[in-house]
Formats: sequence, structure tokens, C-alpha cells
Amino acid sequence: MHSPRSGLSSTLLRRGIVLLPVAFLGVFFVYPLLQILVESLTSDGVSFAPFRDIFGEDFFLERIWFTLWQATASTALTLILGLPSAYIFARYDFPGKTLIKALTTVPFVLPTIVVAFGFLALIGPNGILPFNLTNSIWIILLAHVFYNYTIVVRTVSALWANVDPRTEEAARMLGAGPWQVFWRVTFPQIRPAVLAASMLVFLFTFTSFGVILILGGPEFATIEVTIYNLTARLFRLPLAAALSLVQLIFTFAFMVLYARFQERSAVPLSFLPRSAGARRPRGRREWALITANFAVVMVVVLAPLLALVERSFSSANGGYTLSHYGGLETGDAGRVFFISLSDSLKNSLWFAGTTMLLAVPIGTIIAFALARSHGRWRTLADGLFMLPLGASAITLAFGILITLDEPPINIRASWTVLVVAHTLIAYPFVVRSVLAVVRGIDAQLREAASMLGASPIRVFRYVDLPITWRAILVGATFAFAISLGEFGASLLLTRPEFSTLPVAIFRYIGQPGAERLGAALAMSTVLMAVSAVGFLLIERVRYRDVGEF
Amino acid sequence: MYRIHTHLRLLLLAAMTIGLVAAACSDDDDGEATTAALDFTGQTLTVITHDSFAISEATIASFEEEYGVTIALLPTGDAVESLNRAILTKSNPEGDLLFGVDNISYVRALAEDLFVEYESPALRNVDDRWVFDDSGTITPIDYGYVLFNYEKAALDAADLEPPTSLEALLDPAWDGRVAVQDPNTSSPGLQFMLATIARFGDGWLNWWEGMRANGLIVTASWTDAYYTRFSQYGGDAWLVNSYATSPPAEVIFAETELDESPTGNVIIPDVSYLQIEGVGILRNSDRIELAKKFVDHMLSQAFQEDIPLNMFVYPVHRDAALPDAFLRFADIPVTVASIDPDEVQANLEDWLDAWTDTVVR
Repeated sequence: MHSPRSGLSSTLLRRGIVLLPVAFLGVFFVYPLLQILVESLTSDGVSFAPFRDIFGEDFFLERIWFTLWQATASTALTLILGLPSAYIFARYDFPGKTLIKALTTVPFVLPTIVVAFGFLALIGPNGILPFNLTNSIWIILLAHVFYNYTIVVRTVSALWANVDPRTEEAARMLGAGPWQVFWRVTFPQIRPAVLAASMLVFLFTFTSFGVILILGGPEFATIEVTIYNLTARLFRLPLAAALSLVQLIFTFAFMVLYARFQERSAVPLSFLPRSAGARRPRGRREWALITANFAVVMVVVLAPLLALVERSFSSANGGYTLSHYGGLETGDAGRVFFISLSDSLKNSLWFAGTTMLLAVPIGTIIAFALARSHGRWRTLADGLFMLPLGASAITLAFGILITLDEPPINIRASWTVLVVAHTLIAYPFVVRSVLAVVRGIDAQLREAASMLGASPIRVFRYVDLPITWRAILVGATFAFAISLGEFGASLLLTRPEFSTLPVAIFRYIGQPGAERLGAALAMSTVLMAVSAVGFLLIERVRYRDVGEF
Repeated sequence: MYRIHTHLRLLLLAAMTIGLVAAACSDDDDGEATTAALDFTGQTLTVITHDSFAISEATIASFEEEYGVTIALLPTGDAVESLNRAILTKSNPEGDLLFGVDNISYVRALAEDLFVEYESPALRNVDDRWVFDDSGTITPIDYGYVLFNYEKAALDAADLEPPTSLEALLDPAWDGRVAVQDPNTSSPGLQFMLATIARFGDGWLNWWEGMRANGLIVTASWTDAYYTRFSQYGGDAWLVNSYATSPPAEVIFAETELDESPTGNVIIPDVSYLQIEGVGILRNSDRIELAKKFVDHMLSQAFQEDIPLNMFVYPVHRDAALPDAFLRFADIPVTVASIDPDEVQANLEDWLDAWTDTVVR
């Protein structure tokens, strides 16, 4: 039994730490968002007219319906392609495994317009493949799979690798067929991660913006696209605010449903050291499975990337050239807004690093707090903490512009606003991937440690941290990737001297000319290379024995 | 008050005659000291622009040196977005000047009372036809034309001539070969839509309906129309809604030296859209006097001659020399669409809704 005093101080410690993310969210998310929503909705006195407009017009109802079904379809397709890969990554060791994993995360950092160039080379009117999918629902779904495949693979394989294969072997020995083994033994154990990944993919595609606008074309519009049009272009703020609120309510409802589902599905896991779960594939069948899976991945995820790289080296007159890379450092020097490759790279890495350093602790603290709380409050808090993923980016940006514009917190003109924006999108990834694992930690492990006299900090260091390390790294990878590729907030809330790689790419293709396009493609290739190296490095982060699990 | 003011005017007159002050005759009634006596040293002036703004650093630096100040440039989206953002933050503006208000959108800016009045002495070098704001708050800086570009090689291969009317595009020969931008999300897209309204009047949607049936390609932005749908860059469209200066840009930003632009301008009488961009001083700025100096600077010959090769638009300064590429590779329309900005302001939302209903639903 531990003394009442240490119990009290550990509770205080826990509560104190939880205040940090709560304060961060309160100041940088809830306050600006509430302010812009309230100001917009009360600008002509309090009225429900905007809501009547939304629910009374087929125009808006159609868009809500489209948003819902395309997100559902995208999530399902991503799961179908991602789950077999997650299994392969968790269970087998094969040459090139880490590289493939890093490369499949690269899409995450690419601006949509760059992806459009890649797709164009494959499935455009004059593409390599014999079908033209430009401006169709198929290209939207394909692009969503392209972007989000890595979420499923990383989140699910992090947990799957921890599942003891002996449970499956035992079931097989007791006479269960392969399907039965998967459904009754394996799936219940990986379900938290599958649900978490589905939720993330769903929210990402639910608020999809660039893919819809640029790849889908004007026939398609999600709620987010509509909010953007109403806010930034038509300046109909009351209607935009009402629609933002509708989007938030949907997000919150999904999160609550999900949290309840998740609650029922948590099963204590027996965790394994890193090395025990995976082995080299044996026999023709296993190799065939792996090859087939990666053939599909190759077409959907890697081929557009390769097409981009190839184009960045192609000259307009045929043949290959390095000339597109030549101008990146000094090409437009002497012109305002020009940012050299090295400076934009430095900015990108600085923002990505800072975002990671903020999002990982914030997300981890929230995950642990959620894992230890119970009942209705937990469900509610879980939903609230996920809201930044479902909130309209343009609404939040406008909120920040009018609220965080004066001392004591005047960040709208400072580089911190970018880190804040990136952290808000990034930390939910940390929460989801860590929470899926923390819930599986057997409470008896912790109790045993404290009974033996370990302080809460030591329990965290020697019990929780080693077990959740892999999931924390998954979260860190996503935080890094999100910041590297983030584009909307970078354009909306930035000074030219803070320009990141995606912003520099965007500037090149704002003007006509083969050299401009070439420079943008070359810059994109650098962005891809840098992110892939970053992912590989993050994967290798270890601290003493931590990371061996 | 009157007396002091008279004295000041006398003083100013004297100053002007001995050539100390260029032509900065102040009409302000607040008895402020002459601008020549103001010291701006150490101040920072923030100029809000759209994303397409570009100029040489040296052109900015010369102003900074002259007044001992720092210029901060703040791009805040495309022209529509940055105007809306300025309206949103007008009580506590993000900067001192807003560049990029044009001959249509300025009506909204005036309705919001965004700017203070300022008549730059440098306007004497600018033809009256470029001065679009009669209320005297927005100073014109540059102009350009929105029109179709065509890919020469593609039209040659198809044995087609560039069209000379919008109706000609309804011909099956152009089926799936014309790309425009969505007016809901793109400024040139909006400008082209307004040009069709100017051209056809009440029946404008008929043309769009016909174009839809003829495989019209619609994209979200200029960049994806030009770089993903235009045949010059691997797309299907032989015509793309773009700018009169795009053909010279194709030569300047070519990978190898070219004697001829691969693209050309489609000149259709009364359909090309003339856009004049201007700058205004934000009412709630606390650097209004310095901002006025910057407006004058933007109209200086040096600044004006620096505009074309950076922003790919034309300078309004009467004597500003144009780069050779502009003269050689850009055909310029003689007559442009005539559009009443007040009418746009009153009808824009309805027009956009009608366009969306007709073209994309």
C-alpha cells in the first residue's frame, strides 16, 4: 500500500501536467474559434437564419451528404489496402522494409497541386495508364488512399507488432480456421488501432480540401470547401460560421461514437520485444502475399511519386537535365518573396522540429490522461481533444487573425503562429496512436511497480514509456510530416521570410513558363527526399533500453 | 487655424520654388507640418499584397534608404482573399497599405470605408483612363488583360485558327479543348465570367450552357488550369483562360532561348478583361504619412519600370519603358469588356449561384 500523501501528490502532479495541453488548446483553439463563430453569428443580432439557410437548401444538404459518403468510401478503401500491409510490416522482416515504410509516408508532405502533376503523368488525358480519371470521383478516392494509406499502416502495425503470435498459434492448434483465428483472436487485439486509424482517415477526408478542389474539380465540394468559399471569397461570415458549427458537431458526434466503441474494445495485451514478432517470410505463399500487396502499393502510392521525380529531371526538349535544380538556390535572387532552397529547407525543418517537440508531449499527456479517466467525462474529453482535426482551417485562421492580434498574445504576425497551427493538426495523431497502446497496458504492471515503491515518474519511465515508445514514434513521424507538408495555414498565416518548401513551390507555379514548373518539380523532389530521410531517422530514435519493445 | 494654414502654404510654396520639396502640396486641414519636415527614421511600414506581388529588392531598398525605414511585405492570399482579410481586420489592420484592389473590387473597399483619401503628386505621370476610383482613395499602379492563351503547335496540328468570337468556341472543333477557372475560387475565372456577362447581357448563361455541352474544362485555380489542363503542359486544352503577358513569360522562363513564344493571345473584341490594380492607405494605419510616400514611390519611374518583369503586368506610368519581350510576344486587345463595378457589387452572389447551377451541377 502506498501512503495517502504520495497518492495525493501524484494526483496533483497528474492534474498539473494535464493543465498544459488544456491551456494550449484553450488559448490557441477554443478562444479564437469561439470568438469568430460568436462574432459572425451575432453580427446582425442573434438569429437562426443561417442555420435555416443551411438545412433548408438542397445545395448545402447535398454537400453535407457528399462529404459524408466520400469520407466513408475513402476510409473503407484505405483500410482495404492498408490492413494487409500493416500485417506484413508487423509480422515479416524483408529487405527494404524500412525504406518502403518511409516512402509510403512521403505523400503526406506533398501539396495537392504537386500530387496533381504526378497523377496527371499516370492517369491524365495523355498519361501512361490507359484511362483518364481527371475530375472524377475516382481520382478523389484514389488521392485519399494515396495520402492516408500510411496512417493505417503505421498506426495498426505499431500495435500489431506487439500482439503475441503465440495467441494465434494456440487458436490454430485448438482447430480454428485462418478466418476464425483472425476474427476471434487477432482482430480483437488490433481493433483499437484499426479504429484509431479509421477515425483519423475519416476525419482527414471529412475535412478534405485541396484534393477536392484541385483533383476533383468544381463538381465536387465538401463542407470544408464550401466554408472556404463562404469565408475567404464571398465573405458571408454568418453562413460560414453556421456551416463550421455543423462540421464541428459532426466531428464531435463521430468522436463520441468512436470513443464509446473504443471503450468496449480495449483488451489487455501481452507485449513483446521488438524482435520477437517479426520474422523472414517462408515459402512461396508468403512471398506471393507480400509481392502482391506491394504491387498494389506501388501503383497507387509510389508510382505518382516516381512520376514526379522523373518529371523534375526531364527537359522540355526531351532527355534528362539537372537544370531545374540549378536555379533553386539563386534563380530569383534579388526579387522580393524569393526564398532560396537552403533557406526554405531550414524553415521547413525548423517548423517541423518545433511542431514535433510540442505535439509529442501534448499528445502523450492527453493520451495518458484519457486512458486513466473513466465514464462519460472521458468520452466527452476525448471528443473535445480531437476537435482540431475536424474544425475548419479557414475559420480557425480567421479567428486567430482577430483574436491573437494584440499583446499579451500577439502571434498573428510571428512565426509561432505556424507552429501553433501545425501542432493543432499534429497532436491528435500522437493521441490516437499512443492511446491505442496505453489502453492495452495491463494495470497490474503499474500497480506492481508502485507497490514496490516506484514514484509515478519512475512508473512512467520504466513501465509506460518502453511499451508506448513505438506508438510515440509513430505520432512523432506524423507530427513531423504534417508540419513539413502543411500548406493551407502556411499560406494564410505567414511572412515571406518564414516561407517553407511547399510555399516556395507554390510561388514558382504562380507564373507561366517551363522553367517555373521545372523548379517547382525539383523543389518537390527535394521535399520528398528530405521527408523520407526524416522518417527514417525518427524510426531510429532510441533511449537506452527504451525502444527495444 | 486658417492663418497658420496660410503660412504653411506660403512656406511650402517657398520650399517648392527652391526645389527642396518635389511637389508634395498637402491638402490636409489638420495643420500637420509639411511632409518634408517629417522624420520617419526607424519606422516599419507594412505593405499588404496579394500572392502574385513581386518586385526587385533593390526597388524596395532604395525607398528604405531614402527614409531610413524598413518595408515589410505581407502576402495574404489572392486578390479577393487579401481584400476580405483586410476587411475582417480593419479595426486593427495587419499593415499600413493594401496593394491589389482592382477596378471592380474597389467598390467593396469603399463601402467598408477601408482607405483614407490620397492624391499622389506622381499621378501627373498617369493617364486618366487608369484612374478608376473617383473618390480619390485608390491609386492605380499597374494593369493587365485576362484573355485566352492558345498553344500554337496544337492549333497548327489541328489546322485551326485562334477563335475571333466566343460563339466560335461552341463549334465541335473545340469540344473539350477550352479550359477556364471556377469564378467561385479564382480571380481570373471570375474576371472571365464578368466578361461574358458584359458581352452577352441577360443571355450570358446560354453561352455557358453551350460550352458545358461542348466539354468545357473548369478548374479551381489558374495554376491547375495552366499547368495540368493546358496542352502546352500535357493537358487536353488548346485554349486556357490566362493573361496577355503569359506568352512573353513563356519566353523569359523557357528552358532554352526562344525566338517565338510557344503560346499566343486570343484577341476577341470587347471580351478581354482589363484589370487595373491599385494601392490604398488603410484608414486605421498609424503611419499614414509614410504610407503616402510609399504610394509616390510605387508610381516613380524606377518602380514602374521594375514591375513588368516581376509581376508580368503593365505599368501605368506614361513614360515607363516596356521590356522587349512584352513588345515582341504579347498582342494586346484594342477593345475590352465594359463592366460596371456597382452592378457587379449588387449582383455578384446571384451571378455566381447562377453560374454554378448552369456549369457544374
